[in-house]
Amino acid sequence: MAAADMNAAGLRRDERAERWRLFGLSSPALLLVLVILVIPVGWLFYVSFIGADGTFSLENYERMIKRKSYSRIFITTFQVSLLTTGLCILIGYPLAYFMSQLPVKWANLCLITVLLPFWTSLLVRTYAWLVLLQKQGLVNQWAISMGLWDEPLKFVHNMTGTLIGMVHIMLPFLILPVYGAMRAIDGDYLKAASNLGASPRRAFWTVFFPLSTPGLFAGSLMVFVLCLGFFVTPAVLGGGRVIMVSMKIVSNIELFVNWGAASALGVVLLLMTAVILWIASRFLKLEQMTGGGH
Amino acid sequence: MTTKPDALPITVRGVTKTYGRVRALDDVSLDVKSGEFLTLLGPSGSGKTTLLMVLAGFTRPDKGSLKFGEHEMIRTAPHLRGVGMVFQNYALFPHMTVAGNVGYPLRLRGTPKAEMAERIERALDLVQLGGYGKRGIEQLSGGQKQRVALARSIVFEPRILLMDEPLSALDKKLRDRMQIELRHLHEQLGMTTVYVTHDQREALTMSDRIAVVNHGRIMQLAEPQQLYDRPENKFVADFIGDSSFLPVMRGGAGVTFGDMAIRMDGAVPDADSLLLMIRPERARLLNGETPEDTNVFEATVTELVYQGESYLLYARLKDGSEIAVRGAIREGTYQNLPRAGDTARLGLHRADTVVIAGEDA
Repeated sequence: MAAADMNAAGLRRDERAERWRLFGLSSPALLLVLVILVIPVGWLFYVSFIGADGTFSLENYERMIKRKSYSRIFITTFQVSLLTTGLCILIGYPLAYFMSQLPVKWANLCLITVLLPFWTSLLVRTYAWLVLLQKQGLVNQWAISMGLWDEPLKFVHNMTGTLIGMVHIMLPFLILPVYGAMRAIDGDYLKAASNLGASPRRAFWTVFFPLSTPGLFAGSLMVFVLCLGFFVTPAVLGGGRVIMVSMKIVSNIELFVNWGAASALGVVLLLMTAVILWIASRFLKLEQMTGGGH
Repeated sequence: MTTKPDALPITVRGVTKTYGRVRALDDVSLDVKSGEFLTLLGPSGSGKTTLLMVLAGFTRPDKGSLKFGEHEMIRTAPHLRGVGMVFQNYALFPHMTVAGNVGYPLRLRGTPKAEMAERIERALDLVQLGGYGKRGIEQLSGGQKQRVALARSIVFEPRILLMDEPLSALDKKLRDRMQIELRHLHEQLGMTTVYVTHDQREALTMSDRIAVVNHGRIMQLAEPQQLYDRPENKFVADFIGDSSFLPVMRGGAGVTFGDMAIRMDGAVPDADSLLLMIRPERARLLNGETPEDTNVFEATVTELVYQGESYLLYARLKDGSEIAVRGAIREGTYQNLPRAGDTARLGLHRADTVVIAGEDA
C-alpha cells in the first residue's frame, strides 16, 4: 500500500507549486496585457454605446447603418485594401521568387534593401511620394520633358496616389513571409518534378507555386488587415477624396468631438478584422504567419 | 535476370566535372549494360553522387559524352531524359496525396484518367502499398515514403532507374529487408538501374556489378565477389570489407614477406610496391598443426575483442605490422583463445592469399 502511492502526495504538491511559480513569473506580462489591451478595448466598447446625451444608446451604430456616407467609407476601405493587397502580390511575389533563387549571400543583401524603407519614418516616405508625384513633381516634369505625356497627370490627391503610397509601404509585409516560404521549399522537389517529366514552367505551377501559397496567403492577409486600419498614407496622398474608416474616426473626434461615433467605428473595424482573421485561420494555420510553421 | 526488351544500356565517356580546383569527376568512362543493376560505391565526396546527377541531368559536366542506348544525352534537359529517380530524402510532394505523387508523372504525360488510376494502383501494389492512394504524405512512415518514392519513379515505366542512397534514412532492419525487395523488384522490372551508396554491404547484397569510386575516378568495376576477393588496389581492398596489409617483395616465383616465401594461387600484379591483403575472416588461428598450402605467421596477440557472433583478434608480427583474425564463437571456444601477450600462429590458405598493388593506380 505504501509502495503504491510512494511520494504521490509530495509529487502532486511539487506539480502544483510549479504551476503557481509559472503563473507568478508570467503575471507582469499578463498585467501589461490587461492594462494596455483589455482595459482600453473594453473602454472603447463602452464609449461606443454612449449616446450624445450621455446615456446608453445604440445611436452610434444606427447612424452607421442609416447614413450612406458610412457605407461608402467601408466600401472604400475594402477597395483600397483589396487593391493594395493585389498589387503587392503582383509586385512582391515575383520579387520574392527572384530572391529565393539567389545565393543566400545575395538574397540577404536584397532583403536588406527591401527592409531599408522601414528605417525611414512612414510620414517622411509618404510626403516624399507627394513631392515626387505632384503636378510639378519630379515624375511629371521628367515625363513631360521626355515627351511621354503632355499635360501633368494627376498622381496624388486621388486613388492612384493612395495606392502607390500604400503598396510601397506594405510591400515588405508581403515579401517577407513569401520569401520565407519559398526558401523553405526543398530544391529536391523541383528536381523530382523535373525528373518525372515536368518542364520548368510546369514544375513551377504544379510544385513550387502550391508549396509557396501558405506564405503568400499569410503575407496577403497581413497586408490586407494592416490596410484596413491605415491612416497616414491615404490621408496625405488621397487628398480627402479617398476616405477610409480610420480617417472618419479622426474627423469624428477632431471635427465633431463625438467620441461615441469614433468608438463605434473603431469597434466595427476591430470586429471586421477579427472576423477576417478567424475566417482565414480556418484555411491556414496562423502560426505560419509568425514563422512558427513548417 | 529477365531483361525487358526496352531496357537501355548507358555509355559514359570521358566525363569531367570540376568545382573550382576540385575534380569531382575526373575523365570517367563507364558502361552500364542493358538491364543491369550497377552500384556506384564510394565514400562521401568521392564523386558518386555527382556522376548520378550527371546521368539524371541535374549536373552539367565540363566535358564528356553520355549515351542512353544510341542517343547522346549529355545536353538533354532533365525533364526530357525519361529516367526514373529515387531521391535520398524521397522528395515526395507534401501537397499531394500518395496517389497524387505516384500519378504525377502520368498526369504530365496526359495519361487518360481511367488508365492512370489503374497504373497508380498497379505501381502501389508492386511496392506493397495497395490501397494507400488516398493517404497524405505526412501520414506515412519512413519505409512507406521510400516505397511511394519508388512507385513514383517506376510508374511511367522509365527504361533507366537511378537511385541516390534511397535506404540511408531507414533503420537497419528495414534497410536489410528493402535491399532484398529492391533486388526482387529489379528482377521483375528489369530496367537498367544505377544505384548510389556508401554502404559496402548494401552494394555487395544488391548489385550485378559495383563501380568503386574515389576522387572522381572509378577505382575498380567488377562483380561483388570479384571485388571482394580480388581487389585491384589498396583503396578498394581497404574500402570494401576489413583487411590487414603486409608489405611484400617480388621474389622467386611469387612474393616474399621478410625471408618467407608466400604461397599463393593468384597472379602478382605488375606494380612496384606490393601488399599482401589479409581479410580477418579468411585468416585463422592455428592450434599447433601446420596445414598444407597455408602461409603461417608467428605473432603476439595485442588484443582480443568479443563481438557477439564472432571474436576479433589483433596480433603483431615480428616486423611490427598488425593483422586481424576473425573467428566464429561456438561452445566454449572463446575461453580457450589466446589473450593479449600470448603468442599465436595465424594461417592463411594459399587460395585466400591475395597480393595487390601498393599504390593506387
